[in-house]
Amino acid sequence: MTSCCSTPSGTPAAKSGRPGLWLAATAAALGSWFLIYAQLEPFSRWAVARLPVSPGSHLAEALAFFIYDTPKVLMLLTLVVFAMGMVRSFFSPERTRAMLAGRNEGIGNVAAASLGIVTPFCSCSAVPLFIGFVSAGVPLGVTFSFLIAAPMVNEVALGLLFALLGWKVAAAYLGFGLGIAIVAGWVIGRFHLEGWLEDWVRGVRAGAIDLPAETVTVADRLRAGIEAVRDIVARVGKWIILGIAAGALIHGYAPAELLASVMGRDAWWSVPAAVLIGIPMYSNAAGIVPVVEALLGKGAALGTVLAFMMSVIALSAPEMIILRKVLTMRLIAVFVGVVGAGILAVGYLFNALFV
Amino acid sequence: MVKTVKVLGPGCQRCQTTAKMVQEAADRLGVAITLEKVTDYAAIAGYGIASTPGIVVDGKVVHAGGLPKAEDIGKWLSA
Repeated sequence: MTSCCSTPSGTPAAKSGRPGLWLAATAAALGSWFLIYAQLEPFSRWAVARLPVSPGSHLAEALAFFIYDTPKVLMLLTLVVFAMGMVRSFFSPERTRAMLAGRNEGIGNVAAASLGIVTPFCSCSAVPLFIGFVSAGVPLGVTFSFLIAAPMVNEVALGLLFALLGWKVAAAYLGFGLGIAIVAGWVIGRFHLEGWLEDWVRGVRAGAIDLPAETVTVADRLRAGIEAVRDIVARVGKWIILGIAAGALIHGYAPAELLASVMGRDAWWSVPAAVLIGIPMYSNAAGIVPVVEALLGKGAALGTVLAFMMSVIALSAPEMIILRKVLTMRLIAVFVGVVGAGILAVGYLFNALFV
Repeated sequence: MVKTVKVLGPGCQRCQTTAKMVQEAADRLGVAITLEKVTDYAAIAGYGIASTPGIVVDGKVVHAGGLPKAEDIGKWLSA
């Protein structure tokens, strides 16, 4: 899910032009991306060596982290967002709904959680989407699986985790994020809480409509990728710089012994504490990844850090305020409780598995 | 004949932009339209879409989710 509401999107160009031109331009851009990326580390080394700070000091460590990470994260982000923008042009909430309508629980929860990752929708569409799903016969629990997976398994965070921390961490994040969405949605479905929706929501009997197919060419999909980059980099750029700055401070100044004792595997209370601290915090998923990287580098336990990250991005106050329009407070409390419990379980499980 | 165009959306930036695009396209093509913004969630849901902004031309939903393409707007208005 992206919060596109406040973005003043420009009017898209009238025509996408010749596909050959678009493919050639994309290939050229990808080629120069790899060339520049390969030069980043030597360049950062060179830049850091020229800084007027004594090597090995706290300040030098923090600055080095910032100078290495900023261009690296921004470039990786661009690539990931471009790829996801293209992937998402194959999906739409209406098509996803058609795939989910009338599904049984179980398979429906799995499908909904998976589709939640790739279906494009923005937070200002969360309410129409929720009603659109429920009124068209998608079971409530299946709808929740979708709504939980969409922010929790963030494609940007996934791409950055993969690039910065390796496939194991990325796969764990993907697997457990999906797992929480599937199980939490299934549990909410088992409770049969349809009566806890706001009254007017139950009154909507719309049913799904068939949209006329809009012509989508390869050039359109490439353009969708480029627009996603323009949109997201403009919107989350400041979050990422903030996140990298926080990561740099942790990397340079936070004493490793203290962090390891607070967020290490031996402190049993650190997982619930991480979840609680994460709920009121609101950051973009992309901004939290550099912090995750720095915390792990200082000896924090993977489960605790992932629990913190999931709590920050999946249990956010702004999203709950939007959903309050369709859900009663009781249902929101169940939602937070079930998802929070899932994150707790993941945190403990991870700390036990990854020694 | 005057076409009735409704833009469905809770009043987000994209819905405003969509409404503007529709009006501009109508002016350019010389098509007379009455443009209405539907912002009530229950009314939006009643059209059966799951993402906003949506566009309804003469009672028929032609688009949902994201900004429409300018050439598509032209097709809907001249159909």
